Amino acid sequence: MLSTENKKEIGIFCIVTGLLMLIPMLNAWGPETGTLAVSSFQVSLWGKYLTYAILAMSLNLLWGYTGLLCLCQSLFFALGAYMMGMYLMLMIGDRGAYGSMLPDFMVFLGYQDLPIHWKPFYSFWFTAGAVMWVPGLVALIFGFLAFRSRIKGVYFSILTQALTYACCLLFFRNDFTFGGNNGFTDFKDILGHSLNDPSTTRWLYISSVLLLLATYLITSGLLASKFGKVQQAIRDSENRVLFSGYSTTSFKLVIFGLSAMIAGAAGALYVPQVGGINPSAMEAAKSLEVVVWVAVGGRGTKWGPVIGAILVNLLKSFTTQAFPDYWLIIMGGLFVFVVLMMPDGIVGVYKQAKNKIAQKRSLQTEATV
Amino acid sequence: MTTAHHHDPLYKDTPLILSVSGVNKAFDGFKAINDLNFYLEEGELRTIIGPNGAGKSTFMDIITGRTVPDSGTVTFHGKDGHDINLAKMREFEINRLGIGRKFQTPSVYKSHTVYDNLVLSLNHARGVFKTLFYRESAEDKERIMEVLKTIRLEARVNDLAGMLSHGQKQWLEIGMLLAQDPSILLIDEPAAGMSDEETERTGELLLSLEKKHSLIVIEHDMEFIRQIARKVTVLHQGHVLKEGTFDKVKSDPGVIEVYLGRQGKKSETN
Repeated sequence: MLSTENKKEIGIFCIVTGLLMLIPMLNAWGPETGTLAVSSFQVSLWGKYLTYAILAMSLNLLWGYTGLLCLCQSLFFALGAYMMGMYLMLMIGDRGAYGSMLPDFMVFLGYQDLPIHWKPFYSFWFTAGAVMWVPGLVALIFGFLAFRSRIKGVYFSILTQALTYACCLLFFRNDFTFGGNNGFTDFKDILGHSLNDPSTTRWLYISSVLLLLATYLITSGLLASKFGKVQQAIRDSENRVLFSGYSTTSFKLVIFGLSAMIAGAAGALYVPQVGGINPSAMEAAKSLEVVVWVAVGGRGTKWGPVIGAILVNLLKSFTTQAFPDYWLIIMGGLFVFVVLMMPDGIVGVYKQAKNKIAQKRSLQTEATV
Repeated sequence: MTTAHHHDPLYKDTPLILSVSGVNKAFDGFKAINDLNFYLEEGELRTIIGPNGAGKSTFMDIITGRTVPDSGTVTFHGKDGHDINLAKMREFEINRLGIGRKFQTPSVYKSHTVYDNLVLSLNHARGVFKTLFYRESAEDKERIMEVLKTIRLEARVNDLAGMLSHGQKQWLEIGMLLAQDPSILLIDEPAAGMSDEETERTGELLLSLEKKHSLIVIEHDMEFIRQIARKVTVLHQGHVLKEGTFDKVKSDPGVIEVYLGRQGKKSETN
């Protein structure tokens, strides 16, 4: 038998799935004009928001449930994006500006042959694996060094920020074979389907929904197991866990690697929907934005990061058009407001309000007694 | 005063469970532990006292693997007759041998229920994959219920640990140690911040554990020490100053000098 708690969760899961699937359905079969019309541009836009939501979920797994504030989540996202970008660049073939089989930037920089590490990316399936294992491997190596040396708390955060900054500088270099500051762009097709085709747009969107749901299920599965309990115990009292016979280093490494893989997969879906990737996606500020999404939606809650990522990005789209100079100030203000007034984010507001009412009632009854 | 490392083990005739001999540890030139020798008998309840900075916590850090000693040996005498050198082992490995530690400030998992706090403290399924596929057995449940009864928190089993009172958190943490079924329990100031009644109940709890487990208790509260003390070890400047019964130690002029004398001075300056 399912508990009411579980039933509620399954109900919410189904509703979210249904709502998310409305967008491509309206795009395919809906009216061409009017309030219900959904253009392909909007499908891609929402697809981008969903990849951001997945990125926020991956950070939540680390920050919300394990207490590790990682400030390089966008690096993993960007690495996944770059891996997919390599495949998409190769799929352009000789349709580039120079008519060469090499990507345009390589012709421009005088390359004669394709660098050896680019060759496997002709294969879509190799790419599909690489978008996860490359960020995962980076996380494992960095995590191994950091966790083994007992780097915790704010020091861990600062180091992750330094890592993303270093990678950002590296990718800005023209001789790093990843297109320098222009990165990758002008993609033509994916798996033989044109990226301009509305049905490709819809499928990319649907893939993003599926990845989001899979991430949700993985998170829920973990949290329901003893592994998830250990995760949260590490957040609350790492020493106690260590002195209860658990290798906290191993647990943190697994979570860090998994989180990086999810972020990488999200990045891989981001690239074809946005149409490009460049090193600015690795800038330290990008990872801080992810922290804001999670904090606004509700850290340590299952849907909070999704809500936060979508709402903050909607706000960003609106603000950068209406008041282009004030976006950073507004985002900073929003973060301060959330930290001070809504420690559990939007998802926590309902609980906060309920507690307040209960408190008031008990005060009133005390007063009348 | 002769240096202690020329002494033979104090409990030569009885089976030892832990031997610490000739241990030194300095932090930036400050000798926190200075030629420390300490022997714990199986099933013994030992109380350690000493003024602030005597090296009590560093001593526990060394046994539990948190701090690596500069020299000397720390040996765990396993039940199967094997001696295990703890000096180079990691914390969780030492814990898995059956050495549990309770911290000075209560460390419980505040967002987990009392029950889950104990589930996480059971001494099996502690690897990454084992925790992923762990299913609670009837045996585990029984064990947890038994511990709950010992620490008298049966009524709070489904409450979040963060909701417990300070004293209850301390008991829960002792319960978490018991759930591990350790050979040795290291307990750092269990009565700190407790009411008189809670302190007394804590004392009863510790006394009930003796014989089944070996215990090392660090304490400051003299009333509490009087209640639980069997053999008392006095640490001073990282070295064993005196060992014996509470009354013997209490009336020793050397102990009065360094321990009570220093307290006296402290209260003067206050």
